[in-house]
Parts: sequence; structure tokens; C-alpha cells
Amino acid sequence: MTALSLKSVNKSFGNVHVLKDIDLEVEDGEFVVFVGPSGCGKSTLLRVIAGLEDASSGEIRIGGDLVNLTPPARRGIAMVFQSYALYPHLNVRGNMALALKQERQPKAEIEARIAEASRMLGLGDYLDRYPSELSGGQRQRVAIGRAIVRQPKLFLFDEPLSNLDAALRMNTRIEIANLHRALDASMIYVTHDQTEAMTLADKIVVLRDGRVEQVGSPMDLYNNPANQFVAGFLGAPSMNFLPAELVQPGDTRTLGLRPEALYVAEDGALRGDVTHVERLGGDTNVIVRTPATPITVRLFGQHPVSVGDELRLGYDAANAYYFDGEGRRSA
Amino acid sequence: MNQARANPLNKFAMHGALILYTLIALFPVFVILINSFKTRKAIFREPLALPDAESFSMIGYQTVMKQGDFFLYFQNSLIVTVGSLFFVLLFGAMAAFALAEYRFRGNMVMGLYLALGIMIPIRIGTVAILEMMVATGLVNTLWALILVYTAQGLPLAVFILSEFMRQVSDDLKNAGRIDGLSEYTIFFRLVLPLVRPAMATVAVFNMIPIWNDLWFPLILAPAEEVKTLTLGSQVFIGQFVTDWNAVLSALSMAILPVLVLYVIFSRQLIRGITSGAVK
Repeated sequence: MTALSLKSVNKSFGNVHVLKDIDLEVEDGEFVVFVGPSGCGKSTLLRVIAGLEDASSGEIRIGGDLVNLTPPARRGIAMVFQSYALYPHLNVRGNMALALKQERQPKAEIEARIAEASRMLGLGDYLDRYPSELSGGQRQRVAIGRAIVRQPKLFLFDEPLSNLDAALRMNTRIEIANLHRALDASMIYVTHDQTEAMTLADKIVVLRDGRVEQVGSPMDLYNNPANQFVAGFLGAPSMNFLPAELVQPGDTRTLGLRPEALYVAEDGALRGDVTHVERLGGDTNVIVRTPATPITVRLFGQHPVSVGDELRLGYDAANAYYFDGEGRRSA
Repeated sequence: MNQARANPLNKFAMHGALILYTLIALFPVFVILINSFKTRKAIFREPLALPDAESFSMIGYQTVMKQGDFFLYFQNSLIVTVGSLFFVLLFGAMAAFALAEYRFRGNMVMGLYLALGIMIPIRIGTVAILEMMVATGLVNTLWALILVYTAQGLPLAVFILSEFMRQVSDDLKNAGRIDGLSEYTIFFRLVLPLVRPAMATVAVFNMIPIWNDLWFPLILAPAEEVKTLTLGSQVFIGQFVTDWNAVLSALSMAILPVLVLYVIFSRQLIRGITSGAVK
């Protein structure tokens, strides 16, 4: 069964057309990530699914039911916000219980669900604290707990990790992944961070300017990007783009090479001076200035390159991507 | 910043300026208070002297208690002030929430229209207001005053509160919507507590002019049983003779309730400011 299906959904604010003909299916138990640069409409799309904004046209179905006119509380969704959005006047228990009380669930049921959620998230000791007495990571866990207790058909996450520091972000990311496995629930997750998208998603939806650019599994998108935008957006460091005529005179296309596909070779097709070296221990990122444009090379392990060296770089033809003048992939 | 704060000379100058201002501001109140406890002669002979055994007298307070129904005036003033503040805050906050939260046609125009009252003094409309009150039979009732003061306070309240309501996190309101709270619950339970400092500001701004007003009580409610304190005190000020003892005593007592209300609201103000900073 499909947890969510969108049919040619459009959204305009006045004259500004924010979402353009979005079609999308989310299967039961699937973890779908919306990713794109800021202003691409991914948060608006999530708010349209949640019912916080009305779609200007198109059909939204959650669990098979048409919900275009259903208020957010009755769509069978739960949402986790970037700013946590905990109720400041309620303690952790009250925050989690509020929605259930609104649904008039019996007391015992509420207690049981809160106990279960706080066990999963390790919040047992904090149930009587107020949001102002919690750290950022704890607040985010409470926000996730508030979503879990509702046992929704669909979880919506709106950039839930962007207010956390780097170490906590990685831990919480793993927690969310574990949670998805444990609950086996359908989740939609919005982020602008391609690492989060690659690591969490069963299916990635890449958005740009209110349009879906490509949908697929993380490795599909990495190995087989439909266009230059998707190729450049996924993968870190991002793909190098250079004029193909640098290696094949007369070729007007753009050549795309991932930094990890390049290697140092005596007879390499590319040649340039090293302008910067980033040593990460496990990897060494080298910025090389070619005659056309600077490119990034990711060498595994530690390498004794230094600024000013001249390098020759090679690549396997199988790892080269070509894009035409409009950015579309061409064989 | 730290350096400036640590410098004792700066600190001294800052506190000096504040203390000086406090003294200037409190001086008239102080003069009223000390003179209310003096005999009539002592008031005129040495207005700035503290009351001593010879000049001490409660005559003013006795006159006030005897003449006129002082406690009724007091009660009237309190009802009018608290009632008006309640309606100003309630309707002001509701209008501000609608303007800040919802996109509807004419939102901007409506906001400007509501703010227009800040620039136009309500007293210009006194004649029309009086005619209206006569027509509705509200003359010589406290409702006449409460309605006028509510109208007078609303523009500034809407203006200040809508600005603050725009700063309340959208996510919080949306979380409430997803959890099934009604718009009224969101307004009363989530938004109002967060704009409490702004509400206190509006309350303080409105309270003092209402309490001190002479104009509207004189025109709309001059009857004995609905007189406010300010109007009631006027009986001691005659064209030829003024009973200064009584006037000063009445004023001294009139200061008290405003002081209490002010302390309550300013507590809220301070609490609001610090809770915002810590968060």
C-alpha cells in the first residue's frame, strides 16, 4: 500500500509559483528524503503534505484517503520541527500527552504510549522537566517522542538536525535510522544536507525550483544522476565539472568527474598545479588548478603532495559523466 | 563591553545619572505626601519642611473621609481602570493575532486603519461620543467610561502586540495545529504567555492616563454614584477657596493603587525580558 501519494500538486503564493506539478509515491515503511538547496520548495512541500498550507491544485492522499480538505490534526501525521517547537508551559510528559488528550484517548493508553516512547528515546529521567531545563539534543528527542506517541501513518521531519552541533547530529542521525527500523513506519525527511540524505534515505527526492529533478535510491542517484544538478548536489566533495574539450578536442559537452574517481598517474589526461591540500588523515583532498577550472581530487590515505607541485591526473572512462549544454546527461 | 562595565568611574556616572533622575521624578510625589500630613498654615509657611510635632495634622484625611463618598470614588476608578485594561488587552491581542497570523485580503489596510487611532486624539470626538452615549442611555454609567477608554487604548495595543506576535515561532503554532489544538487554544495557551512582556508594556502605557483622566468622567459620568477619584477630588478645589489639605490627602491615596498595579505589571515585564534572554 502507498503511505502517501501526490498527483500534480501545485502551490503558489500570489504570483510566486513555488511547487510545480509534483508527483510522488511513498510506499509503506519507506524512508523518503526531500533534498535540495534552500528555496527549492522542499519545506513548502512538507507543509502542504502536513496540511499547514493548502495546495493550490492537485491531489494529496495519505494511506489511500484524499486529505486535501482534512485539517492537519486528522491527517494521521506527526511532525518534528527544526526549532523543536515544544510547548514551553508543559513538561516533557505534558508535551507528549497533549495530542493524545486532544484525541480523547483513555488515560491508561496515554501512559503506556508515553512509557514506550520514553524508553525508546531514553527520556525516562526527564519526564517531569520543562523544555527550558533540557539541552538541545534532549529537546529534539522530546520532539521526536511527541511524534512517536501519536502512532501516525506518516512521520514528517523538517530539518530536525540543523540546530544541533556536529557530534550530536551524527548520533541523532543514527538514532533516527534505528527508530525507523524499530517502528517500521513511513517517514518523510526534509534536509539540505546531502550527507543526511545519503545515509538515511531508502529513496531520495531531489528538488530544484519547485520541481522534482530526480527520484531514486541513494546509490542510483550517485551512480546514475539524470542531470548536472543532481550530479553536483550529491556526493562530498561534490563532482568536478570541466569542459570536455580539455581532454577531447572539439567536444562541446561538460565532463563530470567525481573527486574520488581521479587518481595520480604519470600519463594522466589532466594536468595542473596543486593550490591547496586538505589532510584529513583517512583522505587527502587536493585542489588542482587545471587550465580551465580548479578541480578537487580525493586521494585515499595520506599523500606527500604539497602546494605548488605539478600533478597529472587520470580516470577510468567508466567513471566519466557527460552533460549537454542544458545540463542533461548525454551518453 | 566588559571593560566599560568594569570601569568604576563609568559605573558611578551611570548610577549618578539614574539616581538624579529618580530624585527629580519623585520630588513632586514627595512634596504631596509630606504636605498631606501638615496643617494648612504649615503647608503655606514652609512647603518643603517635613511634618513635625507642631505642624502634624490628619485634618486633610479626615475631611476626605467625611466629605463625599471617597471609597465609592475609589472603587469606581478601580473598576474603570481594570475593566478598560482587560478589554484593551483582550481585544487588542485578538486583533493583533489575526493581523499577524492570517493572510487575508485587506490585512495591511486593516492594520493601518487600526493604527490610525494612535495619531488622532479621541477627545476630538467628544461631542459625538456624548451624543452616542445619550442615545444609548449609557451616560452616567461606568460602562460609558470603560467603552471610551477601551477604544482609546486599542490602537496602540494592536500596533505593539501585532509586532510581538509576528516574532512568536511559526513552528510552535503549527505544532499545536498538528496536535489538534483549536485556534483559540493556540492563541490563549501558546501565544499569549509568550507575549506577556508586551502585554505588560501595553497595560502600563494605558493604565496611568485612564486613572488620571478628568475629561471623560466630567463629561460622560459626572453623577455622584459613578464619579471617579480624580473627579471626586475636584470638590475640594473651589473657584475662590481650595482645601489644600483635602486635595493633597486625596492625591496621596490615589497614588497607591496605581503603584500596586504598576508593580504587578513591571514584575511581568522583567520576568518576560529575562526569560527571553536565557532561552
